This record gives sequence, structure tokens and C-alpha cells, in this order.
Amino acid sequence: MTRIQKLNRRSFLKVSALAGGGMILSFNWLAGCKPKDLETLGDPKEWFRVNGFIQIGENGLITIMSPNPEGGQNVKTSMPLLVAEELDADWENVVVQQAPLDTDNFTRQFIGGSQAIRTSWIPLRTAGATARHLLVHAAAQTWNVPSSEIKTNAGFLTHDGSGKKAHYGEMASLAASLPIPEEVQLKEISEFKLIGKSHRNVDIQKIITGKPLFGIDYKKPGMKYAMIIHPQAFGQKLKSFDAEEAKAMPGILDIFQIKSLQDDYTRTFFDTTQFTDLIAIVGDSTWEVLNAKKAVKAEWKLMEAYTEIRDMFGRPGKREVPSGLESTSSQEKLINQAMQSPTLIRRDGNPEQAFAQASQVIERSYTAPFLVHNCMEPMNFFADVQGDEVNCAGPLQKPELTEQALSARLGIPVENINIEMTRLGGGYGRRSYAHWLIEAAVISQKTKHPIKLVYTREDDMTAGIYRSRYQATYRAALDSDKNLIAFHVNAGGLPENPLYANRFPAGAVKNYLAEGWEVPSNVTTGSFRAPRSNFMASVEQSFLDEVAEAAGKDPIDFRLELLKKAKENPVGESNDYDPERFAGVLNLAKSKSNWGSEQAGISRGFSAYFCHNSYAAQILDLKMENGNPVIHKVINAIDCGLVINPDAAKNLCEGAVVDGIGTAMYGEQTFENGEPQKKNFDTYRMIRMKEAPKLIETHFVENNLDPSGLGEPAYPPVFAALANALYQATGQRIYEQPFEKHLNSG
Amino acid sequence: MATYNLNINGKNLQVDVDPNTPMLWVLRDHLDMVGTKFGCGIAQCGACTIHLDGNAVRSCQLPVSAVTDAQITTIEGLSEKGDHPVQKAWIEHDVPQCGYCQAGQMMTAAALLKSNPSPSDEEIENAMNGNICRCGTYTRIKAAVKTASQNQ
Repeated sequence: MTRIQKLNRRSFLKVSALAGGGMILSFNWLAGCKPKDLETLGDPKEWFRVNGFIQIGENGLITIMSPNPEGGQNVKTSMPLLVAEELDADWENVVVQQAPLDTDNFTRQFIGGSQAIRTSWIPLRTAGATARHLLVHAAAQTWNVPSSEIKTNAGFLTHDGSGKKAHYGEMASLAASLPIPEEVQLKEISEFKLIGKSHRNVDIQKIITGKPLFGIDYKKPGMKYAMIIHPQAFGQKLKSFDAEEAKAMPGILDIFQIKSLQDDYTRTFFDTTQFTDLIAIVGDSTWEVLNAKKAVKAEWKLMEAYTEIRDMFGRPGKREVPSGLESTSSQEKLINQAMQSPTLIRRDGNPEQAFAQASQVIERSYTAPFLVHNCMEPMNFFADVQGDEVNCAGPLQKPELTEQALSARLGIPVENINIEMTRLGGGYGRRSYAHWLIEAAVISQKTKHPIKLVYTREDDMTAGIYRSRYQATYRAALDSDKNLIAFHVNAGGLPENPLYANRFPAGAVKNYLAEGWEVPSNVTTGSFRAPRSNFMASVEQSFLDEVAEAAGKDPIDFRLELLKKAKENPVGESNDYDPERFAGVLNLAKSKSNWGSEQAGISRGFSAYFCHNSYAAQILDLKMENGNPVIHKVINAIDCGLVINPDAAKNLCEGAVVDGIGTAMYGEQTFENGEPQKKNFDTYRMIRMKEAPKLIETHFVENNLDPSGLGEPAYPPVFAALANALYQATGQRIYEQPFEKHLNSG
Repeated sequence: MATYNLNINGKNLQVDVDPNTPMLWVLRDHLDMVGTKFGCGIAQCGACTIHLDGNAVRSCQLPVSAVTDAQITTIEGLSEKGDHPVQKAWIEHDVPQCGYCQAGQMMTAAALLKSNPSPSDEEIENAMNGNICRCGTYTRIKAAVKTASQNQ
């Protein structure tokens, strides 16, 4: 059924107001959707701004703004595609432009939670449908025919009765002056021409020819290069430094101490950084700054414990930051203490009694280390603070929140701050914590030069904002008929508790207990692709494999039976998954993999998880060679609702699989007296081509449900698919990540 | 500081820099050719791969003084119109996600195909193993190298 989208006057005006062309700085972000002959129609003489998202040239060329930062999730293609669909534009005559941070015109301009498409599904289509409505009415007025008789297709308006035809550019001037309708009709799914078909990345031509796209590529006349020196260890602060020799080195402008965030500043969730006292080195070129950086002699002192005052999305919060130099081994002792006295999070039935009466209890503990995001583009930002005008450009995930922190730090109102969003050379959560933008701006304010701050790989890997260190103990109780009668999870982390107590198998087990704990730490942590889920799925799905085996059941059938219970007789009321959709991906994976008729010599592992509103099931096939797994094939079965851009969606799922296997096998940051031990890719092992699966197949459940997240959901389960396949191959269960430690020489 | 006459992408370019400056920074900071990427600075990730007389090298470890009269090719000069078989294959397979490592990947792939026009899977894996892709596009990279191999 066609949806009538009522336009909320207030919110729509927000969308339709002028985007303020003055905010688009020197970079030319235009990207043609038809890569080979870019901008087929040539540049128009005049642009008509129909609303905040759409400009139409008099020659019919259409510019669609992509509101959100692009870091490889392909939103710069898929979000404008939603607008173009309802506009009935010719995609080959659309150019996509990256919007700057513009809170007057756009909402939710950030990367996080796999929510871009889900939350923009209606608003972006409405923007396109409104523009189409205005064009149709402009044509109706011009031709003096009823608007209901006008058809649109691929950027053209036609009226069959009179034989009139015009491209959008011819009607754009009048359309832009017409009143905004009260409501517009959105297309039915069966009417989609662009959505559901594969369209190439709009930036591909620039990527393959090495054009400046990323923050680190950004340049301005007079720009100087800067780097920082931060404490070598968590728990340390800057005591003093001697930069006499370094200051005299060629190309060095200045070396000085900066304060990024003030101690009394109320931080938002994404203002995490422990190293606020830094040494800044400014010079004419990266190489000269790098050399001077090595010549600075810094002394560090122990930091005292403190309480960080926080604003947790409008609620007051705080973070207790202990003193001390933590080591991987000392953290382990604290974790083992904390898990002895967890906090109750969910309890169904009588789990204590069920465990006491069980015929068999299976208990397993799992651990996972700190992880580094390791975006290939090291942290960097451009900032130019001149008086009370601030222009910034670079890669970041949460520009609006960072702008607030920057405003507070510089004492300059947000109205005077422009943040241009460049393409991100990876994000995965790391670029949500944009302390480097504040640092760049503070350095620019002091030196009065436009500044490009770049972290070395070592800075990037040792400055914090890691994935937390986690641990969980699971217990399952089976009765004498090997039915699962009770389930218990006790999970926590240093410093973050990863538990999602209302996820599967909650709701499917009569007696259920979920408990959690946290250990304060001065190591800074933050969101990491599929936050918390990336640990919970990795261990829970491994544990369920073991429980299914103890119950004498096939691992998929075992889960299907539980999902059937959750659907027919759910336990509790706040289960946050749809058992039917969950079972759907299990069945899809089963049918696509010829489950049950494995090839000789191939070991298979199964895993499935629900997060970010989407469902993912995976089957991983491997063979052991010289003690190491060679992964032959991974099958993804995904339910993320309607798929917008299928080939790009598959790419994202393939990447999630490779990323998950790499993290499970090799990912780990360790500490010795507060000092991160892995500082570059010679010691922090990343997955490489040889270790990637030979083949990855991705299948989507075909449905017409509203689209949901895809950047994250395929990532968490693959850890366990690998663990379960390794067990099939070796007979050994692995309870500690990274797995590599327990294979081959480990 | 010293003056160097470099042959880059078929053009003669002059820079006045410290002799130890790695080509990575000569390209990026001094010549405004930013297609070659900084990833690790220790030749572990391959993002900075360029061609030195047709061979793939890590430009973060190549001091400008060592280049002498060798011919340098960067991603900007891999082809005039972005139509090198490797570039065309990268489009066909819509390889990139974030795209940051891809210039290095393509330069490594192009050098491989020049020396070995029909590499086996194992030869592709060996040649490409020094290039990290954090987004995990390896299966597409491998497929694109094969396509490029067929279309040379």
C-alpha cells in the first residue's frame, strides 16, 4: 500500500531550508553516480535548490546531498539513492555531494549503531517525493493540465494527453517557488526503480585514481603540520619536557604544551580521552615534525585518581578513573574478583533450583582482550582558528557532539564553527571520539596557522579508546532428557559490562539468570564495531554450540527449537528479538549450505546473532593446514529488511566476516605498567589476504520490511562460527581470544 | 636540505628537502600528490606502495636520496584516464569500502601483473599479503586481480 507521508511542518522546514552554500569549503566533493563519463550533462549554468537535499540544474543535472559521514558503509551512495528513488531521478545524471555538518538542514549526521538507513528511510524518501511533487505541480501549471495526469520517469515529466514533455531542469525554477505540500505519497515497493538494484560506490573513480578524498589529504594554503606527544602509559601525566634541541631542528615552528579538554568540562559520552595534557610539535612538513618529535625529552609523573563529570545524553553521569599503572596480569586479578559479586540484571523462573536439580551442568568461562580499531587512515584533522571563526575538515563520526565540545573549549559559539566532513579511512567507532579535532583546533588557535594534526600509527595505537576487555562465565542446565532447563550468564568487563540480558536465549529458557559487573580502569575505551555484541555473540554462540552437543542435538536445530519456544511461549516480556525472523536466517543458512552433507575433510561451524535490528547467521568451512585454519568458505544469511543496494550490502557483509575472523584470530592489545605493548602493525597482527576466506557468499532474506542496520550485524557472530569450526577440526574448544594463541605454536 | 630532480609519472619534478625524507612525504607534503597513503610508516601495511622502475616498493621506507634517476609511478600516474586494467577491474568488482588502502593495493597488483601476467591464486596471495585492508575487502581484491589479469 502506498504510504502517505504527512509532513510535519516544523521538521520539514528544517529539511527544506537553504543549506547555506557558503559552508562548502575548498574541497570539491562532487561525485558522479555514473563513474565513466562523469557528469554526463555538463555543469549547469544555474542551480535551483528545491530543498535541503536537492538542487536541480536548468539542464536537468541533479545534486543530492549525502548528509552522513562516509567511512566505507556506502551511505554516500545508498542515502542519496533513497532521495533519487522518490524523486524519480535518472541516477546517471545525479551527482552526490557530501553535506557539511549542518544542524539546521539535517538530523542525525553521524556514523554509529548501523542506523543511517533505518532512520532515514522515510525522511530521505520524503525529501525526494516532495521535490517530485513540486516538479509535477510546476509542470501542471505551465502546461495547464491536471497534476494527476502528469507522469515522471528518469528525470522527465510527461503528459500523455497533450504530448508535452520536459526534463526536471526546465521546471526546477518554478518548482522551487511553489508552496510545500501538506503531505506526499511515497512509492510502493513494487514501484521502486533504483532501490533493490546494485549501484556502484559514487566515489569509486576518485578512489581508484588517488584523488584527495580523505581528511589526511586535506590541504590549505599556509597550512602547517602538527603532531602530539602523549603519555607513554595510562595512569601517567605530563610532568615536564625539554624541547630546546628539537625546536632548533629544521622546519620546526614551535613546540609547546597544550590542554585539550579542561578538567572541569562536563564531557558528553563521546568526549573520552585521558591524555589532555599534551606536547604539540608544529612545523613545515610531516617528516620534519616527526624528527623533532623524537628529539623532545618528556618526563612523566603518576596521575592521581579522579572523577570525570559526564553528560550521558542529557542525564548526569560520571566516570571514576583510578590511578595506577595497569598490566594485563593485574587487570585479570581485578576481573576475577569483580565477577564474584555481580549485579542482577534479569531473572526468570527459579534458576537456582533448576541448576540444583539438573542432571548435567555445563559451565564455561570466556575472555577477550582489549582491541585497537586500527583505522587504516591514522587519526587526523584540519583546523583553522582565526579570531572567532573556526573552519575544520576531516574524518569523524559524531560531528555535532564534537562541535559542542570544541565550542566549549575554544569559547567560540557553534554558529562560528564549520565542520566539513571528509571521507573516513575507516571508523569502526574510533572516530566517534574526536579529541584530535579539539587538539588540532587548540594548536591552530595558539599558532594562528591553519593546522593539520596527524597521529603516527604508534600514537594511534597507544592513545586509547580501545574495545574494553571482557570476560563471561556461562552455565547451562540440562534435565535427564537433555532439555535445556536453565541458563546463566555472568558477564562483565574492564571497564564496560557488555551484557545484553534480553537477547536470545532469554525468552526461550524457563529459568534464566543474567548478571553483570564492571571494573574501573584508567585505560580509555569506547565503541567498537557492534559494541558489546562483538563479545557477547562471540562467546554465547560458542557456548550454545557446546550445549547443543551435550544435548545431543544439531546446533542449528537446537537453536530453532529454542526460537520456537520463544515464539510460542515466550518467557518474560522484554525479549528484544523477533524469534520468527531469527529462525528465518537460520533456515536460510541451512538451505544455502547443504547443511548436514558436508564435504570430506571440511570442518563446519555455525553461529547466529541479532543486533542493530538485523539478524545474521553464518556457516564457516575450514581445513587445518600446518596447525592453522584455512578458511574455504563462509556463508552469510542476513535479514536486514529490504536491501537498498545489494552488491554494496554484500561487500559490507564480506568485510564484516573478514574483520571478525581477523579479530578473533589475532586482535589484542596488552599492557605492561600502563604502557600499551602493541604499537604498530609489526606486533599488532591484522588479518591479511592469505588468512581471509577463499569465498564468502551472502544471502539476504527476501522481504519488504523497512530496512535495518547492516554495518555491524554480520560482524559479531563470525567469531563463534570460527571457534565452532575449529572445534570440529581439532576437538579443542577455545575459550580465550585471540584464538591464534591456542593454535599451532601457541 | 638538497635539491632532487625526480621522474614521477613521466614528469620531471624538483624538490628541495632533507635527503632522508621518505618519498611518501615528498609526494604528499611537497608535491601535493596525496593518492599515496600513510598507514604505518614501517613498511608493514602497504598503503604507501609506489612503483620504482616498475617494482612495487614501500615509499615510507624509500629516502628521496636513494631514488636517483629511477622512474617513479604513483596511483595518480598508473594510467592517464583511470583505465589501467587494475583500475577497471576495481570498478567492475566495486572493491572499496572506506577506500583508504586501495591505492596501495592497486599499485601492488599492477606490479604483480607486470611481472607475472597470469598469477595463480597462491601467487596473488603472496604478492598481496603485505597490503592490509582493514575493511576486509580481500575476496574482492583477489577477484579484481584475476579480472585484471584476464583483461590486460
